Amino acid sequence: MKNKKAQPNDTLKRIVLLVSPYRIHLICSLVLASFYVALSLLAPIISGRAVDAMTGKDAVDFEAVFTLAIIYVATVMGASVCQWLMTHLTNIITYKTVLKLRRDLFYKITDLPVGYIDSHPHGDILSRVINDVEQLSDGLLMGFSQLFTGLLTIVATIGFMFSINIPIALVVVVFTPLSLFVASFIAKNTYSMFKKQSEIRGEMTTLIEEAVGGAKTVNVFGRSDEIGEKIACTGEELRKCGVRALFFSSITNPATRFVNNAVYAAVGILGAVLAIEGKISVGGLSSFLMYANQYTKPFNEISGVIAEFVGAKASAERIFDILDEKTVESGLSGEIIPDGEREISFSSVSFSYSPEKPLIENFSLSVPYGKMVAIVGPTGCGKTTLINLLLRFYDVNSGDISLGNVSLKEFDINSLRRNFGMVLQDTWLKNGTVAENIAYGRKNVSRQQIVAAAVRAHADSFISSLENGYDTVINEDGDNLSAGQKQMLCISRVMLELPPMLILDEATSSIDTMTELRIRKAFDEMTVGRTSFVVAHRLSTITKADLVLVMKNGKIVEKGTHSELLRAGGFYKTLYESQFETE
Amino acid sequence: MIKLLRYLKNHRTESILGPLFKLLEACFELTVPVIMANMIDIGIKNKDTGYVLVSGGIVVLMGLLGFASSLTAQFFAAKASMAFGTELRNDLYRHIASFSSAELDRFGTASLITRLGSDVIQTQAGINLVLRLLLRSPFIILGAVAASVMINARLALIFIVAVILLSATVWIIMNKLLPLYSKTRKNLDRITVKTRENLTGARVVRSFAAQNDERSEFDSASENLYFSQIISGKISALLNPLSYSVINLAAAVLMWFGAFSVNGGDITQGQIIALLNYMTQILIALLALANLIVMITKSSSSAARINEVFAVMPSLSDGNEDIKTVETIEFRNVSYKYPGASGYAVKDVSFSVKKGMTVGIVGSTGSGKSTVASLILRETDPTEGTVEINGRSIKDYTFSSIRSLFAAVPQKASLFSGTVRENLLWRDKNAADEELFNALDTARASEFIGKDLDRPVAKAGTNFSGGQRQRLTIARALVGHSDVLLLDDSASALDYATDAALRRAIAALPGKKTVFIISQRIFAVKKADLIIVLDNGRLAGAGTHEELLVTCPVYAEICASQTSEVRNEK
Repeated sequence: MKNKKAQPNDTLKRIVLLVSPYRIHLICSLVLASFYVALSLLAPIISGRAVDAMTGKDAVDFEAVFTLAIIYVATVMGASVCQWLMTHLTNIITYKTVLKLRRDLFYKITDLPVGYIDSHPHGDILSRVINDVEQLSDGLLMGFSQLFTGLLTIVATIGFMFSINIPIALVVVVFTPLSLFVASFIAKNTYSMFKKQSEIRGEMTTLIEEAVGGAKTVNVFGRSDEIGEKIACTGEELRKCGVRALFFSSITNPATRFVNNAVYAAVGILGAVLAIEGKISVGGLSSFLMYANQYTKPFNEISGVIAEFVGAKASAERIFDILDEKTVESGLSGEIIPDGEREISFSSVSFSYSPEKPLIENFSLSVPYGKMVAIVGPTGCGKTTLINLLLRFYDVNSGDISLGNVSLKEFDINSLRRNFGMVLQDTWLKNGTVAENIAYGRKNVSRQQIVAAAVRAHADSFISSLENGYDTVINEDGDNLSAGQKQMLCISRVMLELPPMLILDEATSSIDTMTELRIRKAFDEMTVGRTSFVVAHRLSTITKADLVLVMKNGKIVEKGTHSELLRAGGFYKTLYESQFETE
Repeated sequence: MIKLLRYLKNHRTESILGPLFKLLEACFELTVPVIMANMIDIGIKNKDTGYVLVSGGIVVLMGLLGFASSLTAQFFAAKASMAFGTELRNDLYRHIASFSSAELDRFGTASLITRLGSDVIQTQAGINLVLRLLLRSPFIILGAVAASVMINARLALIFIVAVILLSATVWIIMNKLLPLYSKTRKNLDRITVKTRENLTGARVVRSFAAQNDERSEFDSASENLYFSQIISGKISALLNPLSYSVINLAAAVLMWFGAFSVNGGDITQGQIIALLNYMTQILIALLALANLIVMITKSSSSAARINEVFAVMPSLSDGNEDIKTVETIEFRNVSYKYPGASGYAVKDVSFSVKKGMTVGIVGSTGSGKSTVASLILRETDPTEGTVEINGRSIKDYTFSSIRSLFAAVPQKASLFSGTVRENLLWRDKNAADEELFNALDTARASEFIGKDLDRPVAKAGTNFSGGQRQRLTIARALVGHSDVLLLDDSASALDYATDAALRRAIAALPGKKTVFIISQRIFAVKKADLIIVLDNGRLAGAGTHEELLVTCPVYAEICASQTSEVRNEK
């Protein structure tokens, strides 16, 4: 399923490709960056010259000061404008790339086979769409502009400094990087502390999730003191190692500041001595002092950027992993129109989720239009597998499923799926109003149609009793509705436009029998005159079915009508009777 | 955030010394430009190399002193803020632990976990920043202005105007930016919601062939995000260039007026350089402050979320009498309304249970079964009416004595990480292994646990299936002595045969235990001495199975829906 890992160079190439539509933006922003760096480094030289023009009482060259002040203002303004434009351009590139990446990822997700989504943790996929895209954009794009400005600043600063005075420039160039060593030394030595801290933090998170997640249980058992104790204990450990980690890591800033200070003093002393000898002007010394102050900044930025780069590249790989996944192969749209009012047949179908565990083997069945097939079996026996195959959520390993003698694979997948109406155990509703949910996937649906569908699904009465009726917003977790209410909305959703084939994964144990009675009535009305596949928990459905498939451990062990199977006295009979054993 | 500062009370010394040493560091930093000015004016002018060396030495010394005081400050700040976080977390947990189910439901599990977890850490980080940096920037700014006043009062006017302009610039930009940030956050949340929906609803989306609708909704959400990012990006990109311009315009003005002052002999060349240096210091300090504000805003929204929890008072108070044994449990006209709900969850329910009875509670979803259970366990108090044990209000008894006599199996099977043994010892720390094995047997859990009491349990028991978890929580309730056993729909994940065997085993337990069984399945309660039927929060009937079939239409209807076919077939 997984494609072979992209080569590292490929990743970089693809990132470049991603940004390439904005190459004009990029070039402009690089040009602006160069101007910005040059102008902002020029400023200390100009102010130094101005200082030189005012050596003392009655010794001020006003004309020079005036000209220099004007130039200074122009330089500063120029630098500011360049900086703003540069940032703005980088933002455009970054956010547009983010927009496109997220869009590609989302489109891909809607195209991925259900198997992929089933077998990958949702949190992980979500994190790629949200966090990894962010990391890639922050790290690579913003990082790139920082790296460029940083390098340029370093080179230009060195150039400017050497042009003023070589010995002092040497002092700055040689000693300033010392602060970087100090910083990385501290980082290396605090790493283990941070690792320990994050371990204890992980423990704490687990504790908290359990304590709060099971708060009611904890209350009923009167355990809150013990757990409070545990949290306090772990908290104490966390505090001890946290203080150390926090303290030692926060040495970095003062330590680098101290190194800078020392360099600053060295520049001052050397500069002053040279000035005494007349080898440098006071203004030149002033420019130097300003450079010495700013020189470490780009180094710090660059070392930050490099750390980000590594993370960003990993993120990019995780993103490309999803983008490279294969999507479901679909027949061409409109070429062969699927006709739901035809016979469905399985011919020698074999399927398994993983090769080690064979599931359905050499299964054949044909279901004429309008018949009802019930699928029964103990929990976890793979009843939903057939549904997965019918809707092409998964594809058969061998054999074929056909509708009216045309293989399902020949049809455009979406027009095939539109022939099925589906109500699943898992009552998925989207974050939106009740009406939007009932009209899901359809266009131009009137309110009357929506209400009519709800009435047929016996859902109208509870919807009307909601605070805002059909305009009640179902929140993200859907927890403002009960499980039964959600189920009824799912039925209304299918009722709106009943397709020729139905798949009903019946109500679950979370739905009470009273609600179930109503839901069953709705089901009964739906299935009349349609081909239906019903995963059954309740007797009435089974007895009515034209064919009962009995599944066990993923395999179909028996098939026939209800009374045939009872008479046969096999697994079905045992299963059937165990359900109604009362004592 | 200010409300939470009370957690610094026990660490007053650290909380004061931290910022104090930071100020000291700022003082040392502020003296450097003056020393450099003297070095130029005296050392260079008089060609006094000795003076230059001494001055340089003083600068290094100042740096060293600054370094030392900064370290001291960081140490105190780290100590105070970590202690703050720890105490805050302990208190917050204690507060949450005192909540009844009503308060717990009000916040929801996920939200409480965030508040107790990352919000506490975020607030703690905020406090650390406040202690370390909040005072520093304003102090540097004021100090730089003060120093400029001392150098030359008239030129200092430029500083005052510059600081005001600069503060205004930063303030206006931040003011515009902060609401934009929260808007961006919201737009990003929308994208998260859409993505998650399309993962959890993959089947439905595909079966309705609604991919294109989903895509266009996602597109509009992500375009909204793009626009809010671009707008906030545009504004935040202004911060650096604008403040840089303001301060350097002031520097140009300073050069111009400074030239006159130098010419008039009011100030020296070195002092001009010192003044230009102070300008730079002000700029750096203000930008640091702006950064700090963004970070503090983040932690204060965390702090606000924590304060919301503290603001809610638990609705239950402990009684003061220990209960020895449970003879009777009686509901007298009990009604319960969830806080904020418009209707009653339970209305006017009365019944009475004697020791040793098995009581079934049935009804449809939302009929109030679980509410009755939580009232029996005093997880919450009735809005009207009383719950009485042995003829006295349940409120008179201490929680600890109630908990020791009532064993419960909650609807949601929650286990805690550790070992099976640790989980089983909840009701009785000193229970012998033999007792644990018996409990596992009764709960039909021996078949997958065997004798392996040290089998690890992962977080929330995820290494067991739903049915296995339910059986372990049942076993947990069976360890230790209890007068009352309450099973709240706790066999829903078990197959029918296991469920039946489990009930047989519980019925065969020694001693005169009062057992409550709450279930969707009629046959689970059919043999009970008393069946309580709830419908829409009201008592629809109470009696034995046979009585109710005749007297209670709701019960008869539920029965019919579950067993009519059985009878027909038999």
